[in-house]
Amino acid sequence: MRRTIKPISVNSLTHRAVLTAVFTLGTFIFGFAQSPASGDSLILSRGILLIVVFLLLGFVLLIAEKLLQIQAMRSGANDLSRYSIFPQISKWFESKPKPYVGDAPVIKLSKGYNLHLAGAPEKETLQRTASRYAVNATDFRGIAPIPKVVVTVGQEVAAGDALFFDKNLPEVIFAAPVSGEVIEVNRGDKRAITTVVILADKTIRYNQFLPFELASADRNQIVKYICEGGVWPMIIERPFGTLADLHRAPDNIFISTFDSAPLAPDANIICSGKGAELQKGIDVLNRLTGGKVHIGLNASQTESPAAEFTQLTGAEKHWFDGKHPAGNVGVQIHHIDPIKKGGRVWTLGVQELITLGALFLRGRHEADRMVAICGSSFDKNGYLSTYVGASLGELIADSTKPNSRIISGDVLSGRQDSKDGYLHYFDDQVTSIEEGNQVTLFGWAVPRILPSVSGMLPNKILGDIQYEPNTNTNGEPRAFVMTGQYEEMLPMNIFPQQLMKAILTKDIDRMEGLGIQELAEEDIALCEFACTSKQPLQSILRDGLNMLKEES
Amino acid sequence: MAFIDKIKSLEPDKKKSPFLHTVYDGLFTFLYQPATVTKGGVHIRDGVDLKRTMAMVVLAMQLCYIFGTYNIGQQHFMAIGQHTGYFDALHLKLLFGLVKLLPIWVVTHLVGLGVEFYFAYKKGHAIEEGFLVSGALIPLIMPPDIPLWILAIAVAFAVLFAKEAFGGTGMNIWNVALVARVFIFFAYPGTISGSDAWVAGLNYDGGHITSSYSGISGWVLHLFDKLWGFFGWSTIGSGGTSVVDGFTGATPLALAASGGWEAVTAKYSPTELWWGAIPGSIGETSKPLIIVGAIILLIMRLASWRIMVSMVIGCAVTGIIFNAWGFNAFMNVPWIYHFYLGSFLFAMTFMATDPVTAAGTNRGKWYYGFFIGVIGMIVRVMNPAYPEGWMLAILFMNSCAPLIDYFITQSNMKKRLSRV
Repeated sequence: MRRTIKPISVNSLTHRAVLTAVFTLGTFIFGFAQSPASGDSLILSRGILLIVVFLLLGFVLLIAEKLLQIQAMRSGANDLSRYSIFPQISKWFESKPKPYVGDAPVIKLSKGYNLHLAGAPEKETLQRTASRYAVNATDFRGIAPIPKVVVTVGQEVAAGDALFFDKNLPEVIFAAPVSGEVIEVNRGDKRAITTVVILADKTIRYNQFLPFELASADRNQIVKYICEGGVWPMIIERPFGTLADLHRAPDNIFISTFDSAPLAPDANIICSGKGAELQKGIDVLNRLTGGKVHIGLNASQTESPAAEFTQLTGAEKHWFDGKHPAGNVGVQIHHIDPIKKGGRVWTLGVQELITLGALFLRGRHEADRMVAICGSSFDKNGYLSTYVGASLGELIADSTKPNSRIISGDVLSGRQDSKDGYLHYFDDQVTSIEEGNQVTLFGWAVPRILPSVSGMLPNKILGDIQYEPNTNTNGEPRAFVMTGQYEEMLPMNIFPQQLMKAILTKDIDRMEGLGIQELAEEDIALCEFACTSKQPLQSILRDGLNMLKEES
Repeated sequence: MAFIDKIKSLEPDKKKSPFLHTVYDGLFTFLYQPATVTKGGVHIRDGVDLKRTMAMVVLAMQLCYIFGTYNIGQQHFMAIGQHTGYFDALHLKLLFGLVKLLPIWVVTHLVGLGVEFYFAYKKGHAIEEGFLVSGALIPLIMPPDIPLWILAIAVAFAVLFAKEAFGGTGMNIWNVALVARVFIFFAYPGTISGSDAWVAGLNYDGGHITSSYSGISGWVLHLFDKLWGFFGWSTIGSGGTSVVDGFTGATPLALAASGGWEAVTAKYSPTELWWGAIPGSIGETSKPLIIVGAIILLIMRLASWRIMVSMVIGCAVTGIIFNAWGFNAFMNVPWIYHFYLGSFLFAMTFMATDPVTAAGTNRGKWYYGFFIGVIGMIVRVMNPAYPEGWMLAILFMNSCAPLIDYFITQSNMKKRLSRV
């Protein structure tokens, strides 16, 4: 699955000579096979003459090629294989490496699927602002269900002030993304805190922290500063997707600089003008891990990723060329340096990294988020600049068609919400698609225009069209029947179906052996989409991860 | 929409009358794709479900059905020496085939779906569409004259013991259709092996073979005679004729086992073997039409090309080894002609590629298909008791498939756990 393109080494003379010899020998044998058994001397002599001519021609061509390469070497070319008079057959079969990648190795992922959906975000910026923002405690895994709320309704807070914290982990505060008045503290089942809502000021007032001298600080001071700045919850620790452990340095830190999910926001737009923050963030992360900071770059598009990403220093860059889920950090970890048994790695999103960098640059909790409004149910799609946890109703401004579903996140692993809801903490995308609560006469038999990875619908004939999907399940749940379907959707050396069965049978050793710790819901989401049996793979996977976490 | 509401108002209560509810649910979901929407997890789902998947597999078999219908008639009329040309009296051949095939199809589905409905009601789950494919396959792998009561017992046995005992669709270890066949093969061998089983509508009394049209099928055939007479086409007549001199219903495989390739070519030309106007199970004979079915399955990504390719390789390799060995006449049959004989292609296309019973890992599929090819050839050529090997080879490899997957996942696990 993993194939790395390396610059082809200088072709040796012997290599060419062998090829020429094989070719001429082939012609020779072919010529004899064609000649009549009587042994016509004319054909024989002509054949020998032909061979001699071939050999001579080959020799001349070889000399010419070598002279060309010597000349190229003298004029300072580093990739000699480009200077050749012979066609290179192997190159015909591999897609051309993008010019912006240069000589860097590219990890090519052949598996996966790009869902072409209508309603991609347009490049323009929508002029909408939200007045209400909420931090949702249920967005964070691994914290106690009833965190300690330190604000009361009616209290004024500045951006970066603590809203609540986990009683088991009082150092890590969950900060207000904006300044303003706390207007609601909502509770769910068993009095668990769900959201703390802030009515934002017109201009954001920041809680100003002291400037931080990164070079002279030790790790504990850095961790303390990040916690005080309210940025710690933005770091996610794999395998379980929980808050990062304060006291244990991760093996490595991974950042994917592109999102390949359907209708995902373009990271180049998000990061534009944020080069300094990104670089600062990388510098900070480098101090937190004993290993390396890895960033995954997109090599599947015609245009290069933004200079903000390609010019980062202090991080190891990896190019990925492939379909969704190539942009998922889990897939990238698997190909860069997979999580070992008992190992821990950290991941950050691009926007979270910018927030981290800004904290160290300016001493402020800047929770700005560029959010994509996308999906076929919106009148107008585009990007808008807001803050973490903005009110969905205000972001979408009543622009959805009737009978639509509003999703915080993408259509594969986002969460269903309503106009009264708020953008979830890690989301930078609001999608809306039509609800599919309609029956279809003989829906299982007639040809229909629906997104599908199989060959059973006339998708191939329709070509590259953009689908307007709805939320119908297009069938009823069944036991696992088809095989090989999930493997086609997951560019990792993992057996998803066997893993799911191991989880369903609660076989923890097998789960672990089959690589459950390398997966998160978003990685398996495409398999769930493709599943003919309509199995809930993401929830099965989460059950397995919870089981494993309890065990360890 | 009003019509839908009317249908929905008919829905029986699940608690009060569970059986009626099961039947209603089965019929409703057949008629309409339900309005259920995604909840948690992904928000959009692939446009394909198991119903469509199964329906498409059945669709890929339809050419075999059409040719099978024709070939039942063709073999019968060849035996009695009437309308021996391939395109003579097509209406009679198709009607004769239909009269034989339709009862088999109806009994298979009545029994199979009956058991399926009963279990769905007992377990309280929806009626699943797994039997659609099994039910379509079973008639194609039966001899045309199979007694219907034997068929009914076999189908009931297969669905009960090979499928429902293991938990229904998706849970079975052995291919349901093949279990039905293997049941008949061992319980009533006379009806599904030997030379007398493959040509329909003949009476064997000692050495004298006659043909007569009696019973319900005879009544139907004579009923249509009036129609044919009206058009001035040839009619079925009164029957009672004896077969042509030197007639034998022996399949090419039986001939190959007794006298090698020479004995086969003495009776059938390779072209005949290829196009399939030869005695055999109903759907297995026509190679090009099965290949069309295989191509449909591959385009729709319903069958694993890995299993198909590795099975061909396994069969070819074993055939080449046998050619080199040359121990008996059957071993000397040129390896390429093994693809023309018997039911290799049918077994490869529709039986071995059943995703539930095949190996589940991609690498496992290579081993699985290859060993079906090898074992099937060994049974076919080396064992005089069994004329054809694919049924047994596939069932044997069905049993081994979990083991193959186990070793492959185990090696993956070992590699992962040894990462340092």
